[in-house]
Amino acid sequence: MADICKVIQSGTLESSDIMITISPARKDSGIFIELESNVAMQYGDAIRATINQTLAEFGVKNIQIKAVDRGALDCTIRARMLTALSRAGITLNGELF
Amino acid sequence: MRNAIGRELPAHIEGYGHVRAFAGAFSPLPDMTRQAPRVKAARPGDCKLVNSLEEVFSRIPVRDGMTLSFHHHFRNGDGVVNQVLATASKLGIRDLTIALSSTFPVHAPMIDHIRSGVVTGLDTNYMSGPVADAVSRGILKKPVVLRTHGGRARAIECGQLKIDIAFIASPASDEYGNINGVEGPTACGSLGYAIPDAEYADCVVAVTDHLVEYPLSPVSIPQTRVDYIVKVDSIGDPKGIVSGTTRITKDPVGLKIADTAAKVIAASGLLKDGFSFQTGAGGASLAVAHFVRKMMEDREIKGSFALGGITGHMVEMLESGLFRKVIDVQGFDLEAVRSIKTNPNHIEVSAGFYASPFNSGCTVNQLDTVILGATEIDTDFNVNVVTGSTGVIMGGSGGHSDAAAGAKLTIVVANLLRGRLPIIMDKVLTATTPGETIDVLVTEHGVAVNPKREDLRDQLIVAGLPVRDILELKELAEKIAGKPKDIPTNDRVVAIVEYRDGTVIDVVRQTTDR
Amino acid sequence: MDLRRTLLFIPGNNPGMLQNGGVLGADAVILDLEDAVAPLEKDSARILVAHALRNVDYGTCETVVRINPLDTFAHDDIATIVPCRPKALLIPKVQSAADIKVAVELMEKAERPGQEPVKIIALLETPRGLAEAYSIACADSRIVALALGAEDYTASIGAQRTSSGIEILTARSLVLNAAAAAGIQALDTPFTDANDETGLLADTQLARQLGFSGKLTINPRQIDIIHSVLNPDTKDISWAERVIKAIKVAAAEGSGVASLEGKMVDAPIVARAERILIMAQRVGLKGAAQ
Repeated sequence: MADICKVIQSGTLESSDIMITISPARKDSGIFIELESNVAMQYGDAIRATINQTLAEFGVKNIQIKAVDRGALDCTIRARMLTALSRAGITLNGELF
Repeated sequence: MRNAIGRELPAHIEGYGHVRAFAGAFSPLPDMTRQAPRVKAARPGDCKLVNSLEEVFSRIPVRDGMTLSFHHHFRNGDGVVNQVLATASKLGIRDLTIALSSTFPVHAPMIDHIRSGVVTGLDTNYMSGPVADAVSRGILKKPVVLRTHGGRARAIECGQLKIDIAFIASPASDEYGNINGVEGPTACGSLGYAIPDAEYADCVVAVTDHLVEYPLSPVSIPQTRVDYIVKVDSIGDPKGIVSGTTRITKDPVGLKIADTAAKVIAASGLLKDGFSFQTGAGGASLAVAHFVRKMMEDREIKGSFALGGITGHMVEMLESGLFRKVIDVQGFDLEAVRSIKTNPNHIEVSAGFYASPFNSGCTVNQLDTVILGATEIDTDFNVNVVTGSTGVIMGGSGGHSDAAAGAKLTIVVANLLRGRLPIIMDKVLTATTPGETIDVLVTEHGVAVNPKREDLRDQLIVAGLPVRDILELKELAEKIAGKPKDIPTNDRVVAIVEYRDGTVIDVVRQTTDR
Repeated sequence: MDLRRTLLFIPGNNPGMLQNGGVLGADAVILDLEDAVAPLEKDSARILVAHALRNVDYGTCETVVRINPLDTFAHDDIATIVPCRPKALLIPKVQSAADIKVAVELMEKAERPGQEPVKIIALLETPRGLAEAYSIACADSRIVALALGAEDYTASIGAQRTSSGIEILTARSLVLNAAAAAGIQALDTPFTDANDETGLLADTQLARQLGFSGKLTINPRQIDIIHSVLNPDTKDISWAERVIKAIKVAAAEGSGVASLEGKMVDAPIVARAERILIMAQRVGLKGAAQ
């Protein structure tokens, strides 16, 4: 069971990137994602799916995420999510895939 | 009903009328004659100089329901439209149709005039900024009519667009109404887009901030067509008028695409003595011009003419002998203004001369090649330059459809993916230029050739260019980015996209997610 | 023969550039975890580059990753990056053969079963590294090239970097000689003024004259110019074709010795001619390799 203890950021606001800010969430409060994207209409659902998938992979069930997306591809979203989770203390075991 | 490229259109649109469906880029000419403006007489000693816009309004007189026209040679530095509309509002005039050849952010005050009922109709070739956003949201009851530059000239000349009063922002005018665009503090160069208005409007008003002694020369718009001259303090902001030097793109992917596009031109066999060329002023187009220029210099090619939309880059090519002539319908920077004023090989032409499909020959028909952009392109090669990625109006054909129809080789340059968005769709949201007039799409992942051009496809393959099927490129983009969801729209038509011949090639519907 | 005329540096923490790296026309892309990435973002870049290697199609571009120096973050870099199958690692500030051995050990541990061994390009940037150039070049069979990093090097020896490059002539020659002796490629230092096309042309011409077959590239605008200099020209190609023809003629006549224009054509000449023709074919110029 993985929980976040501090506010963490990864990524940038550059084109094709996504900035992820994660904050602690109260136990059992679930996953809350606030998404801002310049391609929200076309890819909003896909972005949320990628974020959720990454959280599921690492067993994160309670987290608050703000994502500011500037057209990042799925692999970039996953990379920035993994960086944020790693910085928050969730060990990735050096094996990303 | 469906038009020739398969777009679904209503047969009749409230506020527009009967819809003539697009039937192909070169469908038969309807039987028609040009329209004729009212005849005037001027007695010796009559004075045309009027002290203010308000006075001109009462002299004409301006009435409810009239169509007022304006040119866009001052682009985002225009001051005349706002001054005229402010005057109309002050005098309580309502229900005006504004026919301005392009609409920019500076025209934002028009939104208030629309809300208050002063303006109820808009007729234009390009829209960006707050007015475009407001129109997309449905602020006008009547749909906007979006035309091409050539189509607007045709509509004015043949009577589909009847102008009651043309307000011509004039960088220089004498007191009898001779106008040019090359003198004065707000000199803008060619006045090409104002000429059809001047020739066919029932009443023509020159609005100037630079009154000179009679007679002015050279004459772009003659005194015989000008009814009144109003002197105002300023017709616009010179800084907004010309954008300074327009720059070649620095984006490495854009440069790669431009380099490939130049190689396409070379492989087509068109790059030889007598070559003619048109490019827009955008960074990617300029980059293509840059690479083509190098090829011309290396191969010592003497071109015949460059056309446009003229920038300092084209002027340099003229002055270094790479082209014999420059044909200019609009100046984009101060270099273009300097050159047209002083160089007899730099020719001012009207919008009709440039691109109207209904005359005995417009210049785009003589073009070897044109480089164009796109916001979207579909697998039939139809191009969208009207709506952006969120379905909001952010452009318009301008000369896009005209040049595409006329040129021997029409090339669209575009990133296959802009940020995450694929540029190739199953169907573009708003068709502007029909696929039959588009020959090649050049992207960073390969070059797609219109199936109608087997000959060209073979040439490009032999030249070693990365030719791909357009479907293959679409699938590659979707593999990289994922398949995008469609933009939701409702049924309400907010703009009508007319092809250059006046038929309707598509409509813009209101986006729902606003 | 591997084509490494241009190796384009791409900042490892920049997704936009990483995803477009393969379309710019370089022979290789160097996804950079070192100088292009701020210390606080090393983790970010490492994970991003790992994802890029797994998901971005670099086409015919060779994927090279410049890891951090062995005394900083290299261990994490190698552990994360190597399983993502880059073609090669560019190891900076290599000082000795021992450095290579350390790196190889880490790489072997990180490679997945059945994975093609990841190659190494050793970047020599220090006086000691240059002094040990030959033993570094021979240190492991994974090493395919030596590269020179002149900017740090000139600072260390107290020289001034100039456009003529005389102050790095010896360094260049050391790299070339060591690489040639070990039978591997030599790659020249980058030309750092991205706006100076004339300077780049001259510098690349000098590099070619000295014997370099490739040059580290810091900006996509440099790619075409470097290729135009390093590609075999029509003179070279026609010479090479004549050499091969001379060999064939000699063989047909049963003669053991071929000659061309009065000069004997021996093994090194034939090898050079063959390399030129292979390269000409690889870069799409006329002339088929025999």
